[in-house]
Amino acid sequence: MNNAFLFALVGVGIFSLGLYALIMHDHLLRKILAVNIMGSGVFLVLVALAKRTGDALPDPVPHAMVLTGIVVAVSATALALILLLKVFAKSGQATLPDRCKE
Amino acid sequence: MTLSEYIAAALLVLGGFFFFAGTIGLLRFPDIYTRLHAITKADNVGLGLIILGLAVQVESWLVMGKLLLIWILVLFAGASVSHLIARRALQREGRKWKQ
Amino acid sequence: MEAITLLKWTFDTVLGLGLLWLAWRALTSTDLFQAIILFVSFGLLMTLAWVRLDAPDIALAEAAIGAGLTGALLLSTLARLQTAEVENTLPQSVQPSSKPQLVHWLLIIIIPLLLAGLGYAILDLPPYFEGLSGAVAANLDASGANNPVTAVLLNFRGYDTMLEIIVLLMALLGAWSLGGMPPYTDKPAGAVLDTFSRFLVPVFILVGAYLLWIGTSAPGGAFQAGSVLGAAAVLLILSDWRLRPTFIQRTLKLALISGSSAFITIGLLTTLYEGQLLAYPATYAGILILFLESLATISIGVTLGALFLREPVKYMESQ
Repeated sequence: MNNAFLFALVGVGIFSLGLYALIMHDHLLRKILAVNIMGSGVFLVLVALAKRTGDALPDPVPHAMVLTGIVVAVSATALALILLLKVFAKSGQATLPDRCKE
Repeated sequence: MTLSEYIAAALLVLGGFFFFAGTIGLLRFPDIYTRLHAITKADNVGLGLIILGLAVQVESWLVMGKLLLIWILVLFAGASVSHLIARRALQREGRKWKQ
Repeated sequence: MEAITLLKWTFDTVLGLGLLWLAWRALTSTDLFQAIILFVSFGLLMTLAWVRLDAPDIALAEAAIGAGLTGALLLSTLARLQTAEVENTLPQSVQPSSKPQLVHWLLIIIIPLLLAGLGYAILDLPPYFEGLSGAVAANLDASGANNPVTAVLLNFRGYDTMLEIIVLLMALLGAWSLGGMPPYTDKPAGAVLDTFSRFLVPVFILVGAYLLWIGTSAPGGAFQAGSVLGAAAVLLILSDWRLRPTFIQRTLKLALISGSSAFITIGLLTTLYEGQLLAYPATYAGILILFLESLATISIGVTLGALFLREPVKYMESQ
């Protein structure tokens, strides 16, 4: 038994917190933050479960996937932030209009 | 335990104490300038002691050199960044806290 | 030995709770600036978690990207939002909840269910599982790299890395076709930042080259080196270094595509001569990996930096 399951459960917790915030917040910058935190939770689960190898070195394949994932996450975040700035420049608001209410 | 391990442990604990004190200062001090003052103690002295504690234990000079390099970089970056933060705070808000 | 085990468990538990607490505070803090700073500290604690999970490769990348570059991107976006909305900064920053009460209550029911389901699924997994680590270890000698993570990234699953670099380029093209980062005028940064960046950028380049070189045998590699180079580029851009238009039109474009074009060229050649995408001939594996990694490092670094470039379109149009 090692700390793999502890960190995997923490990862699930972080993912759930991020999901809650992603749905509840209106401000787009907060939504982007929430998506990033959800991503961190997923990465944590992947890497934690790769450590179920006893005393041997952990499985390197999920490590490589997460490494790729971190770089993809930052590029997606950058694109999302520039979209947010575009929305803000056009509408003067950092939120999306709620079509259900109109 | 050998003598070098005792020295290393003492240095590490002392470094940890500086980090602890710096963090308390960061949390408890009233404004940005005093907080910066507190946190530099952790960055400079605390990290220095911890690096010394680790350097006592390493076998090769190469690793010791890398550890020292990390400390010098943090000293340099810490001083510059503290200056930038304080400068911006002074421009934006002026001096806030007075006795 | 018992005491050490107990200490490790205590440390891991405190670290896990700290991560959850920081995530919650970053998501609910009323001030957006504070939320971003909390997110950066969350990234730094994640770095510690990676070290505890024996993933030093990821820890290096997270420290540079998750905590550094993402934080810088978020802060420069926030600065642009706040200069424009001087009067109504506060109402926008404060908590939301234009969402109906019903959504809130539904989430309060559904998310714990999701949490319980995922938690059960994880605890139900076998406590010992080797995964592909045996297969990687068995073929490590033939891969051309001693670090298993580098071997997976550049050899066994090289096509992942190829597509990832293309995704990075696509994101940059998307950002640039939307105009890139809008201009932002502020007081000049001053002599200290100028000296700081002059001193630090060469150090960054040295560290990047070191990480790239060491990556074949120890933690490090193209991604870590690329993110350090990217951080250097961001430092230069944020401390108001101007790039010559000819540099942006020629050198920068070449650097941007160097990684993906190297991957595509070598991918085509290996498909022709070896019959499989990115299957290197055994004698050249090491040198091919180093070649691909070097160009990928340049591409990753320049792309990450170029995401911060102000008004890139202006340079492109003036051609």
